[in-house]
Amino acid sequence: MTVAMGTMKAGEPVFYVVDEHEHAEGDSTMLGFWIYLMSDCLIFAILFAVYGVLGGRYAAGPAPKDLFDLSLVAVNTSFLLLSSLTYGFAMLSMQQNRLKAMQAWLVVTGLFGLAFLGIELTEFAHMIHEGATPQRSAFLSSFFTLVGTHGLHVTFGLVWLVTLMVQVKRFGLIEANRRRLVCLSMFWHFLDVIWIGVFTFVYLMGMLR
Amino acid sequence: MSSDAHAHGAADAHAGTRQGQLIGFGASVVLTAIPFLLVMSGAFDKQATALIIMAFAAAQVFVHMIFFLHMNTRAEGGWSMMALIFTIIMVVIALSGSLWVMHHLTTNMMPMHEMGQTP
Repeated sequence: MTVAMGTMKAGEPVFYVVDEHEHAEGDSTMLGFWIYLMSDCLIFAILFAVYGVLGGRYAAGPAPKDLFDLSLVAVNTSFLLLSSLTYGFAMLSMQQNRLKAMQAWLVVTGLFGLAFLGIELTEFAHMIHEGATPQRSAFLSSFFTLVGTHGLHVTFGLVWLVTLMVQVKRFGLIEANRRRLVCLSMFWHFLDVIWIGVFTFVYLMGMLR
Repeated sequence: MSSDAHAHGAADAHAGTRQGQLIGFGASVVLTAIPFLLVMSGAFDKQATALIIMAFAAAQVFVHMIFFLHMNTRAEGGWSMMALIFTIIMVVIALSGSLWVMHHLTTNMMPMHEMGQTP
């Protein structure tokens, strides 16, 4: 172990550890993944800021009141919230090494995620059908960018979920798989946190405009 | 073997408890339902409703952070919390800065805007 020497004011030698100690494999994954989530959070912050600036520019086109169906958003929100709960249950099953129960909870989580995406895509399709396309106004451009980015994250989360279910089926609850499942858990819960911002700032505040 | 035990501990710390999950879920349901009901019923005036739903959103983010993401000041030797605090500062600067600057820009550009609108 290399040690560098520095001097304090009193002239006493102080020793610093220059080499890092050994880390177990995957030891820093959680922190690294958390920092990735924080960077993702900044992406969403910028998209929220864009929506905040442009959300009122309708260019004589449709306003939120003409487009949004709050009861549909409420259903959507409950699906995402339920999927967070079921993922939490999957993590608890993993903790107890109950593989079958964990896979079952993951399936339920995936289905709630799919239902969420299905409703969102139906909503988008309905809006585009009515002529409220992203090209229509600055409000709609920023709306589709923000909500669409969240939807894309959910899509990738679902791909990741299926991938991990196959991994667990093939290799069991090995250490690497546990780590990956915990990362996806953080990702999934994080998406729910972002959705709180979306339904508050985009949908609820939009209806108040 | 010791590294295995350590990794187990790290993964387990992220799982929480069934009770914690249910408390978080229950709180989230309440914190989601009230803003939706307020906006749908239009019980208060718009300004008050906007402030209330923003407060509820902030509270719900807090609930999710604690009960679902299991944030605490000790996770990863405090570095998770440091990253979170840094991100919150950046988010606040980006959001409030953009809204503030662009609001004033719009206000001061208003005459031009109206000129463009009137035929």
